[in-house]
Amino acid sequence: MEETGKDPKLNRREFLAKGLRVSALVGIGGLAVLTVKKSLAGETVWQLDPSKCIQCGRCATNCVLAHSAVRCTHVYAMCGYCDLCGGYFKPGTKTLNTAAENQLCPTNAIKRKFVEDPFFQYSIDEPLCIGCGKCVKGCGAFGNGSLQLQVRHSICVHCNQCSIARSCPADAFSRVPAGKPYLLKQITLENPK
Amino acid sequence: MPWPWPLVSWLVIKKRSRTGVFWASVFSLAYFGFYRQGCVCSIGAIQNVTLALFEQSYVIPLAVLAFFILPLVFTLFFGRTFCAGVCPFGAMQDLVAFRPQKTDPRLNAILGVIPYIYLGLAVLYAATGTDFIICRYDPFVGIFRFNATFGMFVFAGTLLISGIFIARPYCRYLCPYGVLLNWVSRVSWRHITITPTECIQCRLCEESCPYDAIDMPVTDGNPEERLVTTRKLILICLLVPFFAILGGWTGSRLHETLAGDSPKVRLAKTLADPVKSRHQPETFEITAYKSSGKPLAQVYDDARSVLRQFYFGGWILGCFIGLVFGIILAGRLLTRYRTDYTPNRGACYSCARCVDYCPVEKNGLVKMES
Ligand code: SF4
Ligand code: SF4
Ligand code: SF4
Ligand code: SF4
Repeated sequence: MEETGKDPKLNRREFLAKGLRVSALVGIGGLAVLTVKKSLAGETVWQLDPSKCIQCGRCATNCVLAHSAVRCTHVYAMCGYCDLCGGYFKPGTKTLNTAAENQLCPTNAIKRKFVEDPFFQYSIDEPLCIGCGKCVKGCGAFGNGSLQLQVRHSICVHCNQCSIARSCPADAFSRVPAGKPYLLKQITLENPK
Repeated sequence: MPWPWPLVSWLVIKKRSRTGVFWASVFSLAYFGFYRQGCVCSIGAIQNVTLALFEQSYVIPLAVLAFFILPLVFTLFFGRTFCAGVCPFGAMQDLVAFRPQKTDPRLNAILGVIPYIYLGLAVLYAATGTDFIICRYDPFVGIFRFNATFGMFVFAGTLLISGIFIARPYCRYLCPYGVLLNWVSRVSWRHITITPTECIQCRLCEESCPYDAIDMPVTDGNPEERLVTTRKLILICLLVPFFAILGGWTGSRLHETLAGDSPKVRLAKTLADPVKSRHQPETFEITAYKSSGKPLAQVYDDARSVLRQFYFGGWILGCFIGLVFGIILAGRLLTRYRTDYTPNRGACYSCARCVDYCPVEKNGLVKMES
Protein backbone atom coordinates (compact mmCIF):
# COMPACT_ATOMS: atom_id res chain seq x y z
CA MET A 1 0.00 0.00 0.00
CA GLU A 2 2.96 2.27 0.61
CA GLU A 3 3.91 1.82 -3.03
CA THR A 4 0.92 3.70 -4.38
CA GLY A 5 1.79 6.70 -6.45
CA LYS A 6 5.07 5.27 -7.75
CA ASP A 7 4.12 2.42 -10.03
CA PRO A 8 1.22 3.23 -12.38
CA LYS A 9 0.31 -0.44 -12.61
CA LEU A 10 0.06 -0.81 -8.84
CA ASN A 11 -1.87 2.41 -8.73
CA ARG A 12 -4.41 1.07 -11.14
CA ARG A 13 -4.73 -2.18 -9.20
CA GLU A 14 -5.20 -0.31 -5.94
CA PHE A 15 -7.90 1.79 -7.54
CA LEU A 16 -9.67 -1.26 -8.88
CA ALA A 17 -9.48 -2.99 -5.52
CA LYS A 18 -10.91 0.05 -3.83
CA GLY A 19 -13.77 0.21 -6.31
CA LEU A 20 -14.54 -3.45 -5.80
CA ARG A 21 -14.33 -3.06 -2.05
CA VAL A 22 -16.81 -0.22 -2.08
CA SER A 23 -19.17 -2.15 -4.35
CA ALA A 24 -18.92 -5.19 -2.08
CA LEU A 25 -19.78 -3.01 0.89
CA VAL A 26 -22.72 -1.50 -0.99
CA GLY A 27 -23.83 -4.99 -2.02
CA ILE A 28 -23.73 -6.36 1.52
CA GLY A 29 -25.40 -3.21 2.81
CA GLY A 30 -28.11 -3.44 0.17
CA LEU A 31 -28.79 -7.05 1.02
CA ALA A 32 -29.01 -6.10 4.69
CA VAL A 33 -31.46 -3.27 3.99
CA LEU A 34 -33.63 -5.51 1.82
CA THR A 35 -33.83 -8.19 4.48
CA VAL A 36 -33.91 -5.98 7.56
CA LYS A 37 -37.27 -4.69 6.41
CA LYS A 38 -38.53 -8.23 6.69
CA SER A 39 -36.89 -9.11 9.96
CA LEU A 40 -38.12 -9.22 13.50
CA ALA A 41 -36.31 -8.53 16.70
CA GLY A 42 -37.23 -11.77 18.44
CA GLU A 43 -36.56 -15.36 17.56
CA THR A 44 -38.89 -17.81 15.87
CA VAL A 45 -39.47 -21.40 16.91
CA TRP A 46 -40.97 -24.41 15.15
CA GLN A 47 -44.49 -25.46 15.95
CA LEU A 48 -47.01 -27.81 14.42
CA ASP A 49 -50.62 -26.96 13.77
CA PRO A 50 -52.76 -29.69 15.37
CA SER A 51 -55.64 -28.92 13.03
CA LYS A 52 -53.52 -30.00 10.06
CA CYS A 53 -51.81 -32.96 11.73
CA ILE A 54 -52.95 -36.42 10.62
CA GLN A 55 -50.96 -38.30 13.30
CA CYS A 56 -48.70 -40.10 10.86
CA GLY A 57 -46.20 -41.00 13.58
CA ARG A 58 -43.22 -39.24 12.00
CA CYS A 59 -43.09 -36.75 14.84
CA ALA A 60 -41.86 -39.57 17.04
CA THR A 61 -39.22 -40.80 14.61
CA ASN A 62 -37.97 -37.83 12.58
CA CYS A 63 -36.81 -35.39 15.23
CA VAL A 64 -33.05 -34.95 15.43
CA LEU A 65 -33.36 -35.86 19.09
CA ALA A 66 -33.56 -39.56 19.84
CA HIS A 67 -36.45 -38.84 22.19
CA SER A 68 -38.50 -36.45 20.09
CA ALA A 69 -39.18 -32.90 21.24
CA VAL A 70 -42.80 -33.36 20.17
CA ARG A 71 -45.05 -34.43 23.02
CA CYS A 72 -48.74 -34.80 23.58
CA THR A 73 -50.55 -31.96 25.31
CA HIS A 74 -53.91 -32.30 26.97
CA VAL A 75 -56.26 -29.35 26.51
CA TYR A 76 -58.49 -30.01 29.51
CA ALA A 77 -61.06 -27.42 28.48
CA MET A 78 -61.95 -29.54 25.48
CA CYS A 79 -61.97 -32.92 27.24
CA GLY A 80 -65.21 -34.80 27.87
CA TYR A 81 -63.70 -36.70 30.81
CA CYS A 82 -65.15 -39.86 29.22
CA ASP A 83 -65.00 -43.22 30.92
CA LEU A 84 -64.40 -44.86 27.54
CA CYS A 85 -61.58 -42.61 26.36
CA GLY A 86 -60.65 -43.12 22.72
CA GLY A 87 -57.20 -41.82 23.44
CA TYR A 88 -56.58 -44.06 26.42
CA PHE A 89 -58.02 -47.45 25.49
CA LYS A 90 -57.20 -49.66 22.58
CA PRO A 91 -60.24 -50.04 20.32
CA GLY A 92 -62.40 -52.94 21.49
CA THR A 93 -61.23 -52.95 25.08
CA LYS A 94 -63.88 -54.68 27.21
CA THR A 95 -63.02 -53.95 30.79
CA LEU A 96 -62.21 -50.31 31.26
CA ASN A 97 -59.36 -50.50 33.73
CA THR A 98 -55.78 -49.30 33.80
CA ALA A 99 -54.25 -52.66 32.82
CA ALA A 100 -51.25 -52.07 30.59
CA GLU A 101 -52.56 -54.26 27.78
CA ASN A 102 -55.65 -52.08 27.45
CA GLN A 103 -53.73 -48.90 26.89
CA LEU A 104 -53.19 -47.37 23.48
CA CYS A 105 -50.10 -45.47 24.52
CA PRO A 106 -47.01 -47.60 23.87
CA THR A 107 -45.22 -46.15 26.88
CA ASN A 108 -48.23 -45.92 29.21
CA ALA A 109 -47.67 -42.19 29.45
CA ILE A 110 -51.34 -41.35 30.02
CA LYS A 111 -52.57 -41.45 33.60
CA ARG A 112 -56.26 -42.11 34.28
CA LYS A 113 -57.80 -40.86 37.49
CA PHE A 114 -61.36 -41.27 38.73
CA VAL A 115 -63.07 -37.94 39.41
CA GLU A 116 -66.76 -38.70 40.03
CA ASP A 117 -69.16 -41.05 38.36
CA PRO A 118 -68.89 -41.32 35.33
CA PHE A 119 -65.98 -38.94 34.81
CA PHE A 120 -62.32 -39.67 34.57
CA GLN A 121 -59.43 -37.30 34.26
CA TYR A 122 -56.54 -38.05 31.90
CA SER A 123 -53.14 -36.47 32.21
CA ILE A 124 -49.95 -36.90 30.22
CA ASP A 125 -46.75 -37.94 31.92
CA GLU A 126 -44.71 -35.86 29.52
CA PRO A 127 -41.26 -37.36 30.12
CA LEU A 128 -42.70 -40.72 29.05
CA CYS A 129 -44.50 -39.44 25.94
CA ILE A 130 -42.67 -40.12 22.68
CA GLY A 131 -44.95 -38.00 20.50
CA CYS A 132 -46.24 -40.90 18.43
CA GLY A 133 -49.72 -39.40 18.21
CA LYS A 134 -51.61 -42.70 18.71
CA CYS A 135 -53.70 -41.22 21.50
CA VAL A 136 -54.25 -38.06 19.50
CA LYS A 137 -55.67 -40.13 16.69
CA GLY A 138 -57.90 -42.09 19.04
CA CYS A 139 -59.20 -38.99 20.77
CA GLY A 140 -59.80 -37.24 17.46
CA ALA A 141 -61.72 -40.22 16.06
CA PHE A 142 -63.99 -40.95 19.03
CA GLY A 143 -63.72 -37.94 21.30
CA ASN A 144 -63.37 -34.19 21.27
CA GLY A 145 -59.81 -33.89 20.04
CA SER A 146 -58.49 -32.58 23.33
CA LEU A 147 -55.21 -34.49 23.00
CA GLN A 148 -52.88 -32.65 20.66
CA LEU A 149 -49.25 -32.87 19.64
CA GLN A 150 -46.98 -29.89 20.21
CA VAL A 151 -43.27 -29.19 19.98
CA ARG A 152 -42.05 -28.73 23.54
CA HIS A 153 -39.73 -25.76 23.48
CA SER A 154 -37.97 -26.71 26.66
CA ILE A 155 -36.77 -29.86 24.88
CA CYS A 156 -36.48 -28.72 21.26
CA VAL A 157 -32.97 -27.68 20.23
CA HIS A 158 -34.39 -25.25 17.65
CA CYS A 159 -32.90 -26.49 14.44
CA ASN A 160 -32.68 -23.91 11.69
CA GLN A 161 -34.68 -26.34 9.56
CA CYS A 162 -36.78 -28.68 11.68
CA SER A 163 -36.19 -32.19 10.51
CA ILE A 164 -39.79 -33.25 11.20
CA ALA A 165 -41.14 -30.27 9.24
CA ARG A 166 -39.25 -31.53 6.23
CA SER A 167 -41.06 -34.85 6.30
CA CYS A 168 -44.46 -33.93 7.71
CA PRO A 169 -46.98 -35.11 5.11
CA ALA A 170 -49.59 -32.60 6.21
CA ASP A 171 -47.34 -29.54 6.04
CA ALA A 172 -48.34 -28.85 9.62
CA PHE A 173 -45.07 -27.25 10.76
CA SER A 174 -44.26 -23.57 10.55
CA ARG A 175 -42.03 -21.02 12.23
CA VAL A 176 -43.93 -19.08 14.86
CA PRO A 177 -42.81 -16.11 16.99
CA ALA A 178 -41.05 -17.30 20.14
CA GLY A 179 -43.36 -15.12 22.18
CA LYS A 180 -46.37 -17.18 21.10
CA PRO A 181 -44.85 -20.60 20.73
CA TYR A 182 -47.85 -22.93 20.99
CA LEU A 183 -50.64 -23.52 18.49
CA LEU A 184 -53.20 -25.49 20.46
CA LYS A 185 -56.73 -25.87 19.19
CA GLN A 186 -58.90 -24.45 21.92
CA ILE A 187 -62.50 -25.04 20.89
CA THR A 188 -64.01 -26.86 17.96
CA LEU A 189 -67.37 -26.45 16.26
CA GLU A 190 -68.69 -29.65 17.78
CA ASN A 191 -67.69 -28.56 21.22
CA PRO A 192 -68.27 -24.84 21.68
CA LYS A 193 -67.18 -23.83 25.11
CA MET B 1 -22.56 -12.35 20.30
CA PRO B 2 -20.71 -9.94 18.06
CA TRP B 3 -17.47 -9.61 19.98
CA PRO B 4 -15.40 -12.58 18.75
CA TRP B 5 -15.05 -10.98 15.32
CA PRO B 6 -13.15 -7.86 16.38
CA LEU B 7 -11.11 -9.88 18.83
CA VAL B 8 -9.96 -12.42 16.26
CA SER B 9 -9.37 -9.74 13.64
CA TRP B 10 -7.18 -7.88 16.10
CA LEU B 11 -5.27 -11.07 16.96
CA VAL B 12 -4.64 -11.74 13.29
CA ILE B 13 -3.93 -8.32 11.87
CA LYS B 14 -2.31 -6.49 14.76
CA LYS B 15 -0.89 -9.14 17.06
CA ARG B 16 -0.13 -11.66 14.29
CA SER B 17 -0.43 -14.28 16.99
CA ARG B 18 -1.01 -17.90 16.10
CA THR B 19 -1.38 -18.79 19.77
CA GLY B 20 -4.10 -16.17 20.16
CA VAL B 21 -5.97 -17.43 17.12
CA PHE B 22 -5.61 -20.98 18.38
CA TRP B 23 -7.23 -20.20 21.71
CA ALA B 24 -9.94 -18.17 20.03
CA SER B 25 -10.82 -21.16 17.88
CA VAL B 26 -10.84 -23.49 20.88
CA PHE B 27 -13.24 -21.12 22.58
CA SER B 28 -15.47 -20.81 19.52
CA LEU B 29 -15.62 -24.56 19.14
CA ALA B 30 -16.67 -24.95 22.75
CA TYR B 31 -19.12 -22.05 22.77
CA PHE B 32 -20.68 -21.87 19.29
CA GLY B 33 -20.23 -25.56 18.69
CA PHE B 34 -20.88 -27.57 21.81
CA TYR B 35 -22.67 -25.02 23.99
CA ARG B 36 -24.95 -23.38 21.41
CA GLN B 37 -25.08 -26.68 19.54
CA GLY B 38 -24.22 -25.21 16.19
CA CYS B 39 -27.62 -23.71 15.31
CA VAL B 40 -28.03 -21.21 13.77
CA CYS B 41 -24.73 -20.72 11.96
CA SER B 42 -23.51 -18.30 9.33
CA ILE B 43 -23.35 -21.05 6.73
CA GLY B 44 -26.96 -22.04 7.21
CA ALA B 45 -28.05 -18.40 7.42
CA ILE B 46 -27.47 -18.14 3.66
CA GLN B 47 -30.73 -20.02 3.30
CA ASN B 48 -32.68 -17.87 5.74
CA VAL B 49 -31.55 -14.74 3.93
CA THR B 50 -32.50 -16.24 0.58
CA LEU B 51 -35.88 -17.31 1.88
CA ALA B 52 -36.44 -13.82 3.27
CA LEU B 53 -35.71 -12.37 -0.17
CA PHE B 54 -38.00 -14.72 -2.06
CA GLU B 55 -40.79 -15.73 0.25
CA GLN B 56 -43.27 -13.02 1.20
CA SER B 57 -44.47 -14.60 4.41
CA TYR B 58 -41.09 -15.43 5.91
CA VAL B 59 -39.65 -13.05 8.47
CA ILE B 60 -36.03 -13.50 9.40
CA PRO B 61 -34.92 -13.10 13.03
CA LEU B 62 -32.40 -10.27 13.37
CA ALA B 63 -29.91 -12.57 15.08
CA VAL B 64 -29.85 -14.84 12.03
CA LEU B 65 -29.36 -11.86 9.73
CA ALA B 66 -26.47 -10.71 11.90
CA PHE B 67 -24.88 -14.15 11.68
CA PHE B 68 -24.96 -13.80 7.92
CA ILE B 69 -23.88 -10.18 7.54
CA LEU B 70 -21.26 -9.64 10.26
CA PRO B 71 -18.65 -12.15 9.08
CA LEU B 72 -18.93 -10.77 5.56
CA VAL B 73 -18.38 -7.22 6.77
CA PHE B 74 -15.43 -8.22 8.92
CA THR B 75 -13.97 -10.20 6.05
CA LEU B 76 -14.29 -7.14 3.85
CA PHE B 77 -12.15 -5.27 6.34
CA PHE B 78 -9.68 -7.88 7.61
CA GLY B 79 -9.83 -11.05 5.51
CA ARG B 80 -11.31 -14.38 6.57
CA THR B 81 -10.56 -14.01 10.27
CA PHE B 82 -14.01 -15.48 10.87
CA CYS B 83 -12.80 -18.78 9.45
CA ALA B 84 -9.66 -18.65 11.57
CA GLY B 85 -11.20 -18.24 14.95
CA VAL B 86 -14.98 -17.87 15.03
CA CYS B 87 -16.57 -20.53 12.85
CA PRO B 88 -16.88 -23.70 14.97
CA PHE B 89 -16.71 -25.92 11.88
CA GLY B 90 -13.47 -24.32 10.83
CA ALA B 91 -12.11 -24.48 14.37
CA MET B 92 -12.86 -28.17 14.69
CA GLN B 93 -11.06 -28.99 11.46
CA ASP B 94 -8.22 -26.64 12.21
CA LEU B 95 -7.58 -28.42 15.50
CA VAL B 96 -7.29 -31.86 13.88
CA ALA B 97 -5.01 -30.81 11.01
CA PHE B 98 -1.98 -32.61 12.44
CA ARG B 99 -0.26 -33.84 9.28
CA PRO B 100 -1.29 -31.63 6.40
CA GLN B 101 -0.05 -32.80 3.01
CA LYS B 102 0.43 -30.81 -0.17
CA THR B 103 -2.49 -31.26 -2.54
CA ASP B 104 -2.29 -31.35 -6.29
CA PRO B 105 -3.16 -27.85 -7.55
CA ARG B 106 -5.23 -29.17 -10.46
CA LEU B 107 -7.26 -31.49 -8.26
CA ASN B 108 -7.59 -28.61 -5.83
CA ALA B 109 -9.06 -26.39 -8.53
CA ILE B 110 -11.51 -29.05 -9.67
CA LEU B 111 -12.71 -29.94 -6.17
CA GLY B 112 -12.89 -26.22 -5.48
CA VAL B 113 -15.90 -25.99 -7.80
CA ILE B 114 -18.02 -28.10 -5.45
CA PRO B 115 -18.69 -25.27 -2.95
CA TYR B 116 -20.06 -23.15 -5.80
CA ILE B 117 -22.42 -25.93 -6.85
CA TYR B 118 -23.44 -26.47 -3.24
CA LEU B 119 -24.07 -22.75 -2.78
CA GLY B 120 -26.11 -22.60 -5.98
CA LEU B 121 -28.20 -25.60 -5.00
CA ALA B 122 -28.73 -24.30 -1.47
CA VAL B 123 -29.95 -20.96 -2.80
CA LEU B 124 -32.21 -22.67 -5.35
CA TYR B 125 -33.81 -24.93 -2.75
CA ALA B 126 -34.17 -22.13 -0.22
CA ALA B 127 -35.56 -19.66 -2.77
CA THR B 128 -38.21 -22.15 -3.84
CA GLY B 129 -38.99 -22.91 -0.20
CA THR B 130 -38.28 -26.60 -0.76
CA ASP B 131 -35.66 -27.39 1.83
CA PHE B 132 -32.60 -26.14 3.67
CA ILE B 133 -30.05 -28.55 2.28
CA ILE B 134 -27.10 -27.04 4.11
CA CYS B 135 -28.80 -27.93 7.39
CA ARG B 136 -29.91 -31.28 6.12
CA TYR B 137 -26.42 -32.39 5.14
CA ASP B 138 -24.60 -30.55 7.88
CA PRO B 139 -21.91 -33.01 8.95
CA PHE B 140 -20.87 -31.47 12.24
CA VAL B 141 -24.04 -30.46 14.00
CA GLY B 142 -24.66 -34.11 14.92
CA ILE B 143 -21.31 -34.14 16.68
CA PHE B 144 -22.02 -30.91 18.55
CA ARG B 145 -25.27 -32.42 19.78
CA PHE B 146 -23.92 -35.93 20.31
CA ASN B 147 -26.83 -37.35 18.34
CA ALA B 148 -25.62 -37.90 14.76
CA THR B 149 -27.38 -40.52 12.70
CA PHE B 150 -25.13 -43.30 11.48
CA GLY B 151 -24.76 -41.85 7.98
CA MET B 152 -23.93 -38.39 9.25
CA PHE B 153 -21.53 -39.82 11.78
CA VAL B 154 -19.64 -41.64 9.04
CA PHE B 155 -19.60 -38.47 6.92
CA ALA B 156 -18.31 -36.33 9.78
CA GLY B 157 -15.80 -39.01 10.76
CA THR B 158 -14.49 -39.23 7.20
CA LEU B 159 -14.13 -35.45 7.04
CA LEU B 160 -12.32 -35.25 10.35
CA ILE B 161 -10.00 -38.19 9.71
CA SER B 162 -9.13 -37.08 6.20
CA GLY B 163 -8.78 -33.63 7.74
CA ILE B 164 -5.70 -34.83 9.57
CA PHE B 165 -3.95 -35.03 6.20
CA ILE B 166 -5.97 -32.72 3.97
CA ALA B 167 -6.49 -29.75 6.24
CA ARG B 168 -10.00 -28.30 6.42
CA PRO B 169 -11.65 -30.52 3.81
CA TYR B 170 -15.11 -29.10 4.51
CA CYS B 171 -13.91 -25.51 4.24
CA ARG B 172 -12.02 -26.09 1.05
CA TYR B 173 -14.25 -28.45 -0.86
CA LEU B 174 -17.75 -27.97 0.52
CA CYS B 175 -18.45 -24.84 2.52
CA PRO B 176 -20.90 -22.66 0.57
CA TYR B 177 -20.41 -19.68 2.86
CA GLY B 178 -16.70 -19.94 2.16
CA VAL B 179 -17.49 -18.98 -1.43
CA LEU B 180 -18.91 -15.64 -0.33
CA LEU B 181 -16.08 -15.08 2.13
CA ASN B 182 -13.58 -15.89 -0.60
CA TRP B 183 -15.04 -13.24 -2.91
CA VAL B 184 -15.20 -10.61 -0.23
CA SER B 185 -11.75 -11.38 1.14
CA ARG B 186 -10.17 -10.81 -2.28
CA VAL B 187 -10.95 -7.12 -2.01
CA SER B 188 -10.47 -6.76 1.73
CA TRP B 189 -9.08 -3.55 3.15
CA ARG B 190 -6.43 -5.23 5.32
CA HIS B 191 -5.25 -8.79 5.17
CA ILE B 192 -2.76 -10.90 7.04
CA THR B 193 0.71 -10.84 5.50
CA ILE B 194 3.35 -13.49 6.00
CA THR B 195 6.13 -11.05 6.62
CA PRO B 196 5.74 -8.07 8.95
CA THR B 197 7.66 -5.80 6.58
CA GLU B 198 9.36 -7.05 3.46
CA CYS B 199 9.67 -10.47 1.90
CA ILE B 200 13.29 -11.50 1.40
CA GLN B 201 12.41 -14.64 -0.63
CA CYS B 202 14.05 -16.90 1.91
CA ARG B 203 11.45 -19.61 1.09
CA LEU B 204 11.09 -20.55 4.74
CA CYS B 205 7.32 -20.13 4.66
CA GLU B 206 6.88 -22.06 1.43
CA GLU B 207 5.61 -25.22 3.11
CA SER B 208 4.07 -23.60 6.14
CA CYS B 209 0.46 -23.26 5.00
CA PRO B 210 -1.58 -26.39 5.66
CA TYR B 211 -4.16 -25.22 3.11
CA ASP B 212 -1.84 -24.51 0.18
CA ALA B 213 -3.02 -20.92 0.33
CA ILE B 214 0.36 -19.27 -0.20
CA ASP B 215 0.96 -17.84 -3.65
CA MET B 216 4.53 -18.48 -4.74
CA PRO B 217 6.52 -15.82 -6.59
CA VAL B 218 6.09 -15.97 -10.36
CA THR B 219 8.73 -14.00 -12.19
CA ASP B 220 9.77 -16.16 -15.17
CA GLY B 221 8.91 -14.67 -18.52
CA ASN B 222 7.65 -11.36 -17.22
CA PRO B 223 6.23 -9.64 -19.17
CA GLU B 224 4.46 -12.19 -21.29
CA GLU B 225 4.48 -11.68 -25.05
CA ARG B 226 1.63 -9.45 -26.12
CA LEU B 227 0.39 -11.86 -28.77
CA VAL B 228 0.19 -14.75 -26.31
CA THR B 229 -1.81 -12.68 -23.84
CA THR B 230 -4.15 -11.48 -26.55
CA ARG B 231 -4.76 -15.03 -27.72
CA LYS B 232 -5.47 -16.14 -24.20
CA LEU B 233 -7.89 -13.28 -23.68
CA ILE B 234 -9.78 -14.08 -26.88
CA LEU B 235 -10.01 -17.71 -25.85
CA ILE B 236 -11.36 -16.69 -22.44
CA CYS B 237 -13.92 -14.34 -23.97
CA LEU B 238 -15.21 -17.26 -26.01
CA LEU B 239 -14.95 -19.95 -23.36
CA VAL B 240 -16.64 -18.20 -20.46
CA PRO B 241 -19.95 -17.40 -22.20
CA PHE B 242 -19.89 -20.83 -23.80
CA PHE B 243 -19.62 -22.56 -20.42
CA ALA B 244 -22.28 -20.30 -18.96
CA ILE B 245 -24.80 -21.09 -21.69
CA LEU B 246 -23.94 -24.76 -21.72
CA GLY B 247 -24.34 -24.85 -17.95
CA GLY B 248 -27.64 -22.99 -18.07
CA TRP B 249 -29.03 -25.30 -20.72
CA THR B 250 -27.97 -28.37 -18.76
CA GLY B 251 -29.50 -26.93 -15.60
CA SER B 252 -32.82 -26.27 -17.31
CA ARG B 253 -32.84 -29.83 -18.68
CA LEU B 254 -32.39 -31.11 -15.16
CA HIS B 255 -35.19 -29.07 -13.64
CA GLU B 256 -37.50 -32.03 -13.14
CA THR B 257 -34.83 -33.99 -11.33
CA LEU B 258 -34.02 -30.96 -9.22
CA ALA B 259 -37.67 -30.46 -8.35
CA GLY B 260 -38.06 -34.13 -7.46
CA ASP B 261 -37.51 -33.33 -3.81
CA SER B 262 -40.39 -30.89 -3.63
CA PRO B 263 -43.32 -32.38 -1.68
CA LYS B 264 -45.79 -30.56 -3.93
CA VAL B 265 -44.39 -32.14 -7.06
CA ARG B 266 -44.20 -35.54 -5.42
CA LEU B 267 -47.82 -35.40 -4.31
CA ALA B 268 -49.01 -34.38 -7.76
CA LYS B 269 -46.99 -37.20 -9.31
CA THR B 270 -48.48 -39.84 -7.02
CA LEU B 271 -51.99 -38.56 -7.60
CA ALA B 272 -51.50 -38.45 -11.35
CA ASP B 273 -50.22 -42.00 -11.48
CA PRO B 274 -53.32 -44.22 -11.47
CA VAL B 275 -51.38 -47.44 -10.94
CA LYS B 276 -49.62 -46.18 -7.88
CA SER B 277 -52.63 -44.59 -6.27
CA ARG B 278 -54.80 -47.67 -6.74
CA HIS B 279 -52.57 -50.63 -6.04
CA GLN B 280 -50.44 -49.41 -3.22
CA PRO B 281 -51.41 -48.68 0.33
CA GLU B 282 -52.34 -45.07 0.76
CA THR B 283 -49.37 -42.94 1.74
CA PHE B 284 -49.61 -40.43 4.59
CA GLU B 285 -49.21 -37.69 2.02
CA ILE B 286 -52.39 -38.80 0.27
CA THR B 287 -54.29 -39.15 3.53
CA ALA B 288 -53.26 -35.64 4.45
CA TYR B 289 -54.25 -34.36 1.03
CA LYS B 290 -57.67 -35.97 1.33
CA SER B 291 -58.32 -34.62 4.79
CA SER B 292 -57.21 -31.14 3.74
CA GLY B 293 -60.05 -30.94 1.21
CA LYS B 294 -57.85 -29.29 -1.40
CA PRO B 295 -59.17 -29.58 -4.98
CA LEU B 296 -57.09 -31.81 -7.25
CA ALA B 297 -56.65 -29.03 -9.82
CA GLN B 298 -55.01 -26.91 -7.13
CA VAL B 299 -52.50 -29.67 -6.39
CA TYR B 300 -51.57 -29.86 -10.07
CA ASP B 301 -51.36 -26.09 -10.34
CA ASP B 302 -49.07 -25.91 -7.34
CA ALA B 303 -46.83 -28.59 -8.78
CA ARG B 304 -46.74 -26.85 -12.14
CA SER B 305 -45.70 -23.56 -10.61
CA VAL B 306 -42.95 -25.29 -8.62
CA LEU B 307 -41.72 -26.91 -11.81
CA ARG B 308 -41.70 -23.54 -13.55
CA GLN B 309 -39.66 -22.05 -10.71
CA PHE B 310 -37.19 -24.88 -11.03
CA TYR B 311 -36.97 -24.40 -14.78
CA PHE B 312 -35.84 -20.79 -14.35
CA GLY B 313 -33.84 -21.68 -11.29
CA GLY B 314 -32.14 -24.43 -13.28
CA TRP B 315 -31.11 -21.95 -15.96
CA ILE B 316 -29.69 -19.53 -13.41
CA LEU B 317 -27.97 -22.24 -11.37
CA GLY B 318 -26.46 -23.78 -14.49
CA CYS B 319 -25.28 -20.44 -15.84
CA PHE B 320 -23.70 -19.66 -12.49
CA ILE B 321 -21.84 -22.95 -12.32
CA GLY B 322 -20.72 -22.60 -15.95
CA LEU B 323 -19.53 -19.09 -15.28
CA VAL B 324 -17.58 -20.15 -12.22
CA PHE B 325 -16.03 -22.99 -14.17
CA GLY B 326 -15.04 -20.63 -16.97
CA ILE B 327 -13.59 -18.06 -14.60
CA ILE B 328 -11.57 -20.64 -12.70
CA LEU B 329 -10.21 -21.87 -16.01
CA ALA B 330 -9.43 -18.32 -17.04
CA GLY B 331 -7.62 -17.75 -13.77
CA ARG B 332 -5.40 -20.74 -14.46
CA LEU B 333 -4.76 -19.61 -18.01
CA LEU B 334 -3.61 -16.12 -17.17
CA THR B 335 -0.32 -15.64 -15.38
CA ARG B 336 -0.12 -13.20 -12.48
CA TYR B 337 3.41 -12.05 -11.81
CA ARG B 338 4.57 -11.42 -8.28
CA THR B 339 7.91 -11.32 -6.56
CA ASP B 340 6.91 -12.10 -2.97
CA TYR B 341 5.37 -14.93 -1.05
CA THR B 342 1.86 -13.78 -0.21
CA PRO B 343 -1.25 -15.44 1.18
CA ASN B 344 -3.88 -15.91 -1.50
CA ARG B 345 -6.53 -13.53 -0.31
CA GLY B 346 -9.40 -15.70 -1.40
CA ALA B 347 -8.18 -19.01 -0.06
CA CYS B 348 -6.30 -17.92 3.07
CA TYR B 349 -8.16 -18.58 6.33
CA SER B 350 -6.01 -16.11 8.26
CA CYS B 351 -4.93 -18.84 10.65
CA ALA B 352 -1.58 -17.04 11.16
CA ARG B 353 0.52 -20.21 10.98
CA CYS B 354 2.82 -18.90 8.26
CA VAL B 355 3.64 -15.80 10.28
CA ASP B 356 5.88 -17.72 12.66
CA TYR B 357 8.00 -19.03 9.78
CA CYS B 358 9.06 -15.65 8.54
CA PRO B 359 12.55 -14.71 9.80
CA VAL B 360 12.04 -11.00 9.20
CA GLU B 361 11.35 -9.07 12.40
CA LYS B 362 9.14 -6.02 12.69
CA ASN B 363 12.07 -3.63 12.60
CA GLY B 364 13.35 -5.17 9.39
CA LEU B 365 16.02 -7.37 10.97
CA VAL B 366 16.39 -11.07 10.32
CA LYS B 367 15.76 -13.30 13.32
CA MET B 368 18.68 -15.41 14.49
CA GLU B 369 17.74 -19.06 14.82
CA SER B 370 18.86 -20.39 18.14
S1 SF4 C 1 -45.29 -35.34 11.13
FE1 SF4 C 1 -47.01 -33.93 10.76
S2 SF4 C 1 -48.78 -35.24 10.39
FE2 SF4 C 1 -47.18 -36.55 11.27
S3 SF4 C 1 -47.64 -36.59 13.47
FE3 SF4 C 1 -46.18 -34.91 13.15
S4 SF4 C 1 -47.42 -33.06 12.79
FE4 SF4 C 1 -48.76 -34.83 12.61
S1 SF4 D 1 -36.63 -28.21 15.58
FE1 SF4 D 1 -35.22 -29.95 15.76
S2 SF4 D 1 -35.39 -30.57 17.91
FE2 SF4 D 1 -37.13 -29.25 17.50
S3 SF4 D 1 -38.78 -30.65 16.95
FE3 SF4 D 1 -37.78 -30.05 15.04
S4 SF4 D 1 -36.22 -31.62 14.68
FE4 SF4 D 1 -36.89 -31.81 16.82
S1 SF4 E 1 -14.77 -21.99 5.11
FE1 SF4 E 1 -16.79 -22.26 5.92
S2 SF4 E 1 -16.65 -23.92 7.41
FE2 SF4 E 1 -14.59 -23.19 6.98
S3 SF4 E 1 -14.18 -21.75 8.56
FE3 SF4 E 1 -14.94 -20.61 6.81
S4 SF4 E 1 -17.14 -20.47 7.10
FE4 SF4 E 1 -16.39 -22.02 8.50
S1 SF4 F 1 -2.54 -17.36 7.42
FE1 SF4 F 1 -0.85 -18.26 6.28
S2 SF4 F 1 -0.82 -20.41 6.90
FE2 SF4 F 1 -2.84 -19.58 7.50
S3 SF4 F 1 -4.18 -20.00 5.78
FE3 SF4 F 1 -3.33 -17.96 5.42
S4 SF4 F 1 -1.53 -18.31 4.15
FE4 SF4 F 1 -2.08 -20.28 5.05
